[in-house]
Amino acid sequence: MKQPLAITHYTLTTALGAGIAAHRAALESGRSGLAPCAFADVDLPGYVGEVAGVDAVQLPPSLNEFDCRNNRLAWLALQQDGFAEAVQAARSRWGAHRVAVLVGTSTSGILQTELAYRRRGADGALPSDFHYEATHNTGSLGSFIGAAFGLTGPSMVVSTACSSSAKVFASARRLLEAGWIDAAVVGGVDSLCLTTLYGFNSLELFSADICRPWDAHRKGLSLGEAAAYALIERNADSAQGWLLGSGESSDGHHMSAPHPEGAGAVAAMRQALAEAGLAPSQIDYINLHGTATPGNDAAEDRAVCSVFGTETPCSSTKGATGHTLGAAGAVEAALCLIALEQGLMPGGLHLQQRDPALQAHYLTENRHAPLRAVLSNSFGFGGSNASLVLGAAR
Amino acid sequence: MSAVSVKLLGIGLIGPGLTGWAAAREVLAGQTAHLSAPTAVPSPQRLPAAERRRAGVAIKVAMAAAEEACADAGLAPQTLPTVFTSSSGDGVNCHTLCEALAGSDRLISPTRFTNSVHNAAAGYWHIGVAGQAPSTSLCAYDASFGAGLVEAVTQVRQHATPLLLVASDTPYPEPLQSARPLPDSFGLGLVFGPADGAGLTLSVNLVPANPATRPTPCADPGLEAMRRALPSARALPLLEAVARGGAVEQVVLLEYQASLHLRVEISGQGPT
Repeated sequence: MKQPLAITHYTLTTALGAGIAAHRAALESGRSGLAPCAFADVDLPGYVGEVAGVDAVQLPPSLNEFDCRNNRLAWLALQQDGFAEAVQAARSRWGAHRVAVLVGTSTSGILQTELAYRRRGADGALPSDFHYEATHNTGSLGSFIGAAFGLTGPSMVVSTACSSSAKVFASARRLLEAGWIDAAVVGGVDSLCLTTLYGFNSLELFSADICRPWDAHRKGLSLGEAAAYALIERNADSAQGWLLGSGESSDGHHMSAPHPEGAGAVAAMRQALAEAGLAPSQIDYINLHGTATPGNDAAEDRAVCSVFGTETPCSSTKGATGHTLGAAGAVEAALCLIALEQGLMPGGLHLQQRDPALQAHYLTENRHAPLRAVLSNSFGFGGSNASLVLGAAR
Repeated sequence: MSAVSVKLLGIGLIGPGLTGWAAAREVLAGQTAHLSAPTAVPSPQRLPAAERRRAGVAIKVAMAAAEEACADAGLAPQTLPTVFTSSSGDGVNCHTLCEALAGSDRLISPTRFTNSVHNAAAGYWHIGVAGQAPSTSLCAYDASFGAGLVEAVTQVRQHATPLLLVASDTPYPEPLQSARPLPDSFGLGLVFGPADGAGLTLSVNLVPANPATRPTPCADPGLEAMRRALPSARALPLLEAVARGGAVEQVVLLEYQASLHLRVEISGQGPT
């Protein structure tokens, strides 16, 4: 069992809006942020969760080299809920070199390169305003956030597809326990781009219909974009929530399909419970990975039932936000903190006919009850799994 | 700050003129000069035929380094958690995707998309060895090796089990090559174990980067050029120190990020 880690501040920005209050309201009213895809000039049938106002974001001149959709979204989200001020305060309290930046993304600013390839010169060269390091490179997100706050502690980007920004919580604990940092900005940012839209379409996982987790006729995912952050600090007097445990595993099975029995997912959930020192019966709600692809939901259902049985209430929030890929872990951790604070288990959206083959206690309506500990699952391509156990402020 | 100590249990190496740790050891020990030659990338025999066909050079380089490091450590690869770090991922695959997405029909292959994830090498490795231990894939641009070392040693400290670190880079084709020039492919595998076991001890610590703390250069000019040109080759001064061996305690300063270097103190008896 590990010491709980204090999450002193958090925030999130998704298709549901910017900041915690917008998400509280959207969850309470069962609103979805998904709409038929009108992103850029993409011509694909399907739904996406696009964040409003990303194109209009202007980075401060000192950060101009980082300008791309992903970093604009990252910046927009940093301005919500007093998060930027909280990071400044942590920097003052601990020192710039004692605060780490540990964030996750899957595609970073690759949209910038996709667009640059359309503007290649007659000689095939990329336009001179293209800035690979600060935009396309996977490490850009960490460098951008570090530069924005003048943080000089260890900085890295975890990129394990859709588990990326869940895993950074575990990395933060390791750096704190090693004594190398006193605080960490953790989180994840992923923005819409052609690679993921056309890529999931090529795999026939991007549904023409709105995504329907746990539905008998689910046909695949709806893509979203989002940014979410948490500030983890040593010796906190108060916290908005607690990281009680984390678990990580691999499937070792297939690059784009989960282990059919969810063996890796089971291992990740059990490790997270062990770290938290909790029995399965002490988890009040599970935020599922729940992408609405036929294979993923079936494998996760088996995994959840084998660890928790069929009584623990669970749901997927991807019908509200879309699948935000590398940001999903941090987004759903933030949604879990809202759930804990509000005593709200959000019902999964768009379910019309429950898949009779799935056994987990899937909620289709909001349920209100005091919550003490919840679990969030994030599973990604390459068979990368991560589970987090989060606890209520106390 | 307190150092984190681990044992170094095994090494794998592939790069320009470097065909494996065992073969490259004399070069790294300063007994033979480094002769430059394009990186020779073997086919990953551990992968099932279908996966082998789909694996690009970035995956092959990482797997070759991983394979040799596990063999050198004498540990079963499926038991090892892994940390993979790369400054660039699979450049050829990325270029092909971007070209297709700039075209009129935007048709891309499912395999190209699947292989575009930064953790493709880790995914293929865990499929190849049938390993279900945790795996993390990282990027920190030029600081990617340092970020991988930080994550790896803190994981060994937390879980007290051996772990495989793989750092690799593969060049982009043009036009991205001009925006991000990397001369050739490079892969390094390091197997670490808990500090209380047998073997060479590495004590790793973070130190501020300033003019008084210049990173240790490679003794060999060819290797030094490689260290400067390839992010994963920033580890080479550590390999030189290990190859030189001897009973004397050695300290190397590895280039990490703008604000920090990694100080590594090497002591005890190493892998032979």
